[in-house]
Amino acid sequence: MIGFATRRLIQAMIVMLVVALLAFTMFRFVGDPINQMVGIETSIEEREALRDRLGLNDPIPIQFLRFITNAAQFDFGTSYQFRQPVSELFAKRIPATLELSFTSALFALVVGIPMGIYAGLNRESPISKLFLSVSLVGISLPTFFIGILLIFLFSVTLQWLPSFGRGETVQIGSWWTTGFLTVSGIKALILPSITLGLYQMTLIMRLIRAEMLEVIRTDYIKFARARGLPDRLVNFRHALKNTLVPVITITGLQLGAIIAFATITETVFQWPGMGLMFLQAVQNVDIPIMSAYLLLTAFLFVAINFIVDILYFYIDPRLRVGRP
Amino acid sequence: MNKKTLLLTALLAAGTGSAAHAETFKFAFQGSLNFLDPYSLNETFTLSSLGNAYEGLTRRGSDLSIEPALAERWEIIEPNRWRFYLRKDVKFHNGNDFTAEDVAFSVERVRSEGSDLTTRVPGDAKVEIVDDHTVDFVLTGPNPILHYEWDTFYIMDKEWTTENDAVKVTSASDTTPNYASLNANGTGPFKIVSHEAGVKTVYEKHDGWWDETKHNIDTVEFTPIASDATRVAALLSGELDMVYPIPVQDIKRINDNAGTVALTGPELRTIFLGMDQMRDELLYSDVKGKNPFKDEKVRKAFYQAIDAEAIKQKVMRDLATPSAIMISPFLFSKASEFERYPYDPDNAKKLLEEAGYADGFSVGMDCPNDRYVNDEAICQAVAAMLARVGVKVDLNAQPKAKYFAKVLASGGFDTSFYLLGWTPGSLDSWNVMSNLMNCRNEAGEGSPFNLGGFCDEKVDELTGQVLVEIDPEKRDGLIAEAYKISHDNAYYIPLHQQGLAWGVADDIELVQRADNQFKFRFINKN
Repeated sequence: MIGFATRRLIQAMIVMLVVALLAFTMFRFVGDPINQMVGIETSIEEREALRDRLGLNDPIPIQFLRFITNAAQFDFGTSYQFRQPVSELFAKRIPATLELSFTSALFALVVGIPMGIYAGLNRESPISKLFLSVSLVGISLPTFFIGILLIFLFSVTLQWLPSFGRGETVQIGSWWTTGFLTVSGIKALILPSITLGLYQMTLIMRLIRAEMLEVIRTDYIKFARARGLPDRLVNFRHALKNTLVPVITITGLQLGAIIAFATITETVFQWPGMGLMFLQAVQNVDIPIMSAYLLLTAFLFVAINFIVDILYFYIDPRLRVGRP
Repeated sequence: MNKKTLLLTALLAAGTGSAAHAETFKFAFQGSLNFLDPYSLNETFTLSSLGNAYEGLTRRGSDLSIEPALAERWEIIEPNRWRFYLRKDVKFHNGNDFTAEDVAFSVERVRSEGSDLTTRVPGDAKVEIVDDHTVDFVLTGPNPILHYEWDTFYIMDKEWTTENDAVKVTSASDTTPNYASLNANGTGPFKIVSHEAGVKTVYEKHDGWWDETKHNIDTVEFTPIASDATRVAALLSGELDMVYPIPVQDIKRINDNAGTVALTGPELRTIFLGMDQMRDELLYSDVKGKNPFKDEKVRKAFYQAIDAEAIKQKVMRDLATPSAIMISPFLFSKASEFERYPYDPDNAKKLLEEAGYADGFSVGMDCPNDRYVNDEAICQAVAAMLARVGVKVDLNAQPKAKYFAKVLASGGFDTSFYLLGWTPGSLDSWNVMSNLMNCRNEAGEGSPFNLGGFCDEKVDELTGQVLVEIDPEKRDGLIAEAYKISHDNAYYIPLHQQGLAWGVADDIELVQRADNQFKFRFINKN
């Protein structure tokens, strides 16, 4: 077990290093940060002095080493545009992203599971077919388009829901701000969560439907029915329970994806989370924010994969190599 | 009851009426206000926002004319000595008095290392405090435009800044923002009550403001909204009272929507094309061994091959004013004397033939795609128009971050043909001449933004004269001469002044200034 975990840990660290190297080299090619940091009339000498102070004139290996050593200590430097430590900026933005991600994951589960069950049990009904066609839309339309569509329907035409921002937020503790406790905060959550969760919802629905269809054909369900157990019991106790295993795995992994790729939804709805900050950083060549975001995202995925690997090790005896 | 008391009662009634009915004004801009230190970044939106809380010795009115602000009046008592008489009984938002000490302190701070506005006050100018409310600026030579940029040189409170340990300007290389970067204490009509960079900034009316209040707004809420579609939607849905800028293609929709109007007007920025006239061989061209842009005929051929009117109508949807000189006509009294060379592709072809390029040639063109209004589309139109006279343009349009890194001095002026826009920060021609029209060397000393590097000694000489000439009539004559040289030689191809487009709820009155600054003191909500 310890050997397995160590091997996995070393692999994870190599992945992180590669990502760091990629992040670092990639962002050298985004453009010149200096022009975004000073006004256009700033003199060439001042620009050069600034470049020196920021260490942009140092050899690339030295810059990379500095970046890695600092990042290992959770110091991602100072944002060029905000002139504040990146770690502090992220800490301020994380609540917004997490609240949005969890709400959209919840939406995907709460809507996706019943739809999937229904479509699995009633294959031929027209409603199931409608669900399937709607879900096709959810998969094929780009996120920003869905977002804009929702904004124009619910904000501009019907004027029910806000088109941007988090609404009023309440401070909890020293740094967490929440939108769950105000009416405007909850209203502001609806459209972005649907936009972000639509794809996951579709995924979950289709997964459950397929699993349901599979399970219903198995012998133990047939026997259960033959024994005269009521439909409700067969469908939910026996069938659904067995379909949920892969759903839970997928949901866990997808949550990472939701958090990491909320960028587009956040930009469309001006949701003040990490993704929005990342996209603005790209426009302004704010290298410290960009590399920190990429590293954090990579870390999230590496960590989730690591945990999943360890869990599988416990769940699946076949993985325990050397113990026949 | 006599007339006077009647008026007073009416005023009182109006006063209490508006107090009972607190007005909040909400607006969005595409970029964000990143910090509150007024000397950290020389950028229009930052200075425009902070100008609601801070004030300079002068300010600009709705027509951009210079008005007294913290200085009641000023005079040139000796050619090199300017005297400013400061307004009395002005208080900062924290209650401190505004005095000559604050002016001297602000001059020191704005010129200190880390400030991005060091050019606001000449480095060799001395400040002498005459008394609490009189300050002298002693210069080393005459300078008729000393105070032209002072509407955005905001005066800070010496006591507050020192107490809070914020004397050093938060510069681009600093690792922690200082107090002044996160808090503001000005003398202006609004105070900043909360600020979260990139998320929201809230202003409240400053009741102790020295000037007569003409607006009826109590609170202003600013949110940055980067996405064009979302910004427009937020206006259409009535969540915001004003958004800017709006894409030109949405103007009609905003006007057609009940309750919103698009406010359009000219901006000061001049969009123009430049050509490499310095290198002996162009970096991006199939012409080898010589540089076609060194030939005046080629430059004129390019000029006449481009239909500025068509760009205005088709690309800019009429939100542009074709231009013959490198500065907005608002900013130069003799602008009407200039006229564009007519669009004439036949003559352009003839000129190219005379220059020895009967079959045309190819040239690479650099263009930003997220900096100016429809910048990439303009470049595409230019490329198509030049194709008609046989010039093949390889367009390289890229984000501003990459574009500027390539074409400016830091990238070694790596361009052959480019599009650029320029607004003189001082709203004066000398800025245009010294930044865009003088000779430069390879390091960019001289005119750093003369990317094509053309060099005309007469223009350099005129620039020197314009700097010290006090007589306005004579000065404008010198400026006109410089523009005429540029025009005659087609050193630049000016295209147009791009327009401003703001979206406003129709119960709002406000002033759209041509410098794209937005001042809350002009807002009225009906």
